[in-house]
Amino acid sequence: MELGFTTAVYVVAAILFILSLGGLSGQESAKRAVWYGIIGMALAVFATLIGPGAGLSWLSIILIAAGGLIGYQLASKVAMTQMPELVAGMHALVGLAAVFVGFNAHFELVNVTAMDDLAKGALEGFAALLAKKSGSEINILRVEASLGIWIGAVTFTGSIIAYGKLSGRVTSAATKLPGGHILNAASAFASISSLIWYMTFGELLPLVILTIMALFIGYHLIMGIGGADMPVVVSMLNSYSGWAAAAIGFSLGNDLLIVVGALVGSSGAILSYIMCKAMNRSFVSVILGGFGGTSGPQMEVEGEQVAIDADGVATALEDAESIVIIPGYGMAVAQAQQNIAELTRRLQAKGKVVRFAIHPVAGRLPGHMNVLLAEAKVPYDIVLEMDEINDDFPETDVAIVIGSNDIVNPAAQDDPNSPIAGMPVLECWKSKQVFVSKRGQGTGYSGIENPLFFKENTRMFYGDAKASLDQLLTIIQNK
Amino acid sequence: MIIGAPKETLAGESRVAMTPDSAVQLQKLGYECVIESGAGQTAGFSDHAYKSVGVTIVKTAAALWKAAHIVTKVQPPNTKESKRLTSNKLLISFFYPSQNTGQMEFLAKNGASVIAMDMVPRISRAQKMDALSSMANIAGYRSVIEAGNNFGRFFTGQITAAGKVPPAKVLVVGAGVAGLAAIGTATSLGAITYAFDVRPEVAEQIESMGAKFVYLDFEEAQQDGAKTGGYAAPSSPEFREKQLEKFRELAPEVDIVITTALIPGRDAPKLWLADMVAAMKPGSVVIDLAAERGGNCDLTVPDQKIVSKNGVTVVGYTDFPSRMAAQSSTLYSTNIRHMVTDLTPEKNGQIFHNMEDDVIRGVTAVHAGAVTFPPPPPKVQAIAAKPKEAVQEKTPAELRAEEVETFKQQTKNQVTLLAVGGALILLVGAYAPASFMQHFIVFVLSVFIGFQVIWNVSHSLHTPLMAITNAISSIIILGAVLQIGSSGILVIVLAALSVFFAAINIFGGFLVTRRMLAMFQKS
Repeated sequence: MELGFTTAVYVVAAILFILSLGGLSGQESAKRAVWYGIIGMALAVFATLIGPGAGLSWLSIILIAAGGLIGYQLASKVAMTQMPELVAGMHALVGLAAVFVGFNAHFELVNVTAMDDLAKGALEGFAALLAKKSGSEINILRVEASLGIWIGAVTFTGSIIAYGKLSGRVTSAATKLPGGHILNAASAFASISSLIWYMTFGELLPLVILTIMALFIGYHLIMGIGGADMPVVVSMLNSYSGWAAAAIGFSLGNDLLIVVGALVGSSGAILSYIMCKAMNRSFVSVILGGFGGTSGPQMEVEGEQVAIDADGVATALEDAESIVIIPGYGMAVAQAQQNIAELTRRLQAKGKVVRFAIHPVAGRLPGHMNVLLAEAKVPYDIVLEMDEINDDFPETDVAIVIGSNDIVNPAAQDDPNSPIAGMPVLECWKSKQVFVSKRGQGTGYSGIENPLFFKENTRMFYGDAKASLDQLLTIIQNK
Repeated sequence: MIIGAPKETLAGESRVAMTPDSAVQLQKLGYECVIESGAGQTAGFSDHAYKSVGVTIVKTAAALWKAAHIVTKVQPPNTKESKRLTSNKLLISFFYPSQNTGQMEFLAKNGASVIAMDMVPRISRAQKMDALSSMANIAGYRSVIEAGNNFGRFFTGQITAAGKVPPAKVLVVGAGVAGLAAIGTATSLGAITYAFDVRPEVAEQIESMGAKFVYLDFEEAQQDGAKTGGYAAPSSPEFREKQLEKFRELAPEVDIVITTALIPGRDAPKLWLADMVAAMKPGSVVIDLAAERGGNCDLTVPDQKIVSKNGVTVVGYTDFPSRMAAQSSTLYSTNIRHMVTDLTPEKNGQIFHNMEDDVIRGVTAVHAGAVTFPPPPPKVQAIAAKPKEAVQEKTPAELRAEEVETFKQQTKNQVTLLAVGGALILLVGAYAPASFMQHFIVFVLSVFIGFQVIWNVSHSLHTPLMAITNAISSIIILGAVLQIGSSGILVIVLAALSVFFAAINIFGGFLVTRRMLAMFQKS
């Protein structure tokens, strides 16, 4: 096939990818959007396989089939609560692939430059492209390949650590090696030095050093970020995997790679920005780990946490007319979404208005709660965002907080010295009564005391979220 | 120790300070209970009921005062009773210490102790003993019932086959506990309820009970409710004028007025003047809950119901709680029981009079041979709502100006960004070779498209977005496919691995996205 045909298919694929991302603006159009993405990908791979420059197509097809089978198995088996881990883990694969492709670009370059003009003339595809490059173009190519490798490597180790943290295999606390950011800075400096070294001599060694440095940065950077910031980290890594693809696209001279890489990169960046804004924190402070500085002692919390049993909650729910449920990561951990959905159905059957309030950073992944509730067949039109529902709390009879903590912490508004001061929160304490389902009296993920639990209209419903809801469901029977 | 409750001696007092229920609880604390024969009769508790829970019945008041170490009462003791309160006895009762100085000194000399139930500090911990609030709650409820009794019409508006009935309009002046209880009762009977209070911070409470808050168009430094223990303080003459003017305006409209305005330690302020009564419709009712302290209404005669010249009934009863003796005895005896619980930390039937405790210190009027009234201010202040900052409604002109301002700001930001971005691209173009620039243009445009598209993605779809971008980012497979046909074996191996990994990602990513999206459904 001719190059012209491949390019034409690439254009179609690029448009399909853009439509695919744009289609996610609504739940219904999103279902169509996935198909755009799938067709775009199929077209792109097909055109490349039969296009100029591709050899050993049979090997590619076998590998794609094998990889596809594994991917299919993984994706069909994964539980919705493990979605964050899966996405993070798959980013690692993209990162690793980018590293390999980048190294290949280097090997080809060495091969081609070693050939004489006659041999060069006989080359095809990527190698032929390399053969035509002038001195400065080769330098640019080296930078591009190194960038692709570097970002890919950071994505690889970073995603593995993120995967470990999300699945609980690595401690979710923010840990740093002695030296902290100086180590990161030193590695970054070493990476730049290696890049210059590589540009001048074109050897393999500096490229390997650069890769090792990048692997270390990815590891250390993500280790230093606490579990509560994982939504930002995952979308950031998503962005990185896109930039890596774009950098590789430059070095291979493949426009579709550039287009798609840039799309993915910018989408991840925006998502990270939205997350940070929802937490009222700067992107830099999230990436560099830890909460921003506080200017004084935190307010003391007075009063006591008053416990309540399932009977009490059930009675209050029977009396209530409007109920708002605020799920958090605790719901995901306890796998309580099915029970919540059942409770919702029973309450609705009794003619009560039940709605869900979702904070932008609830859970460990952007939109995590929406996916879990959707899995439990909670209709999405009663699942509302923070801005949509915050004004309704004063008219709400009962607010139920299930496994969330910081996102309902009034200290964010009342206490200028709180580490989360200024973060927008769900103002559930304005409702007539608040029930908090929580495992024990401890502080939440970020270790901040929550004055909500001490408020007069708050009752603590201790116990595992799922077990608590089970008790509630036995009391609130279907009619 | 023995706790006893005598029969109330004041004429018309039907309440009793101990009920069979509270006696059970007191016995659990280790006390023995005695009661004067017939003490609970007027409140609906027979001697038999007391006996069946193990309370000893004594025939006469004299015997009771002699037997009991702790005497619980409703009304302050009269002279005879004071004499019976001998050394080391403890009286728990309403006492009004500020009006009973002489009696306090007498009891101090005798060596008795007095706990005044009307002095319970207004802090959260002491709410369970706050007898004034529980009595005021009953008074508020009863006032509406009393009004209904004297009012010749329905509270709710009804449209019946026999004609249309307009709803009654009720005005509640003073939104303390009694006022709020009255509002709640009146609204649940179906009346249209208005309420007024000098403390603007209670507007929220009033509205939460279902009444409309009557706002005054008046600028004054707001009273700090916390300073006065959550009670109202006297207002300035100008404010009072404004207030009366508002009432005059309301008088012809309302059918029922319930006044509950009291200022601690003063006579009740006159708020519903003779001319307002005259302006009311015949058949209307005024219930004055402040009658005991002179009344809020000019026409009020304490303990009596009168009818004005124009047919307005003015009720000045002072014994609303006593008119519901069963209910008020239950609540009052529970308040006393909580007080005794606090006085018996060991639950061993022995009083431990801890003067370090804020609440116990506050209620004790006489102790250990000395008058201990007035108490020092409690360490924990009553908590009143902070004055709300008035949110100024923006005028259309201001809104418009703001819009223009934001628009200008946006334009400025955009232009700056474009200029900086353009300059950077020009800089790159000046040095980079043309072949690079071709790809670079594609790159910049794609980033731009990405930015434009992603902002529209709905918040709830962020996880599917990540999954789909993850799947799409495996486009890196194209690079690997292009390299796999190379000559070097190392390159082939690495490229093959990349194809394999990326393929996992493509299938996994798209499938997971589809699974997620399939779950989103409309109700």
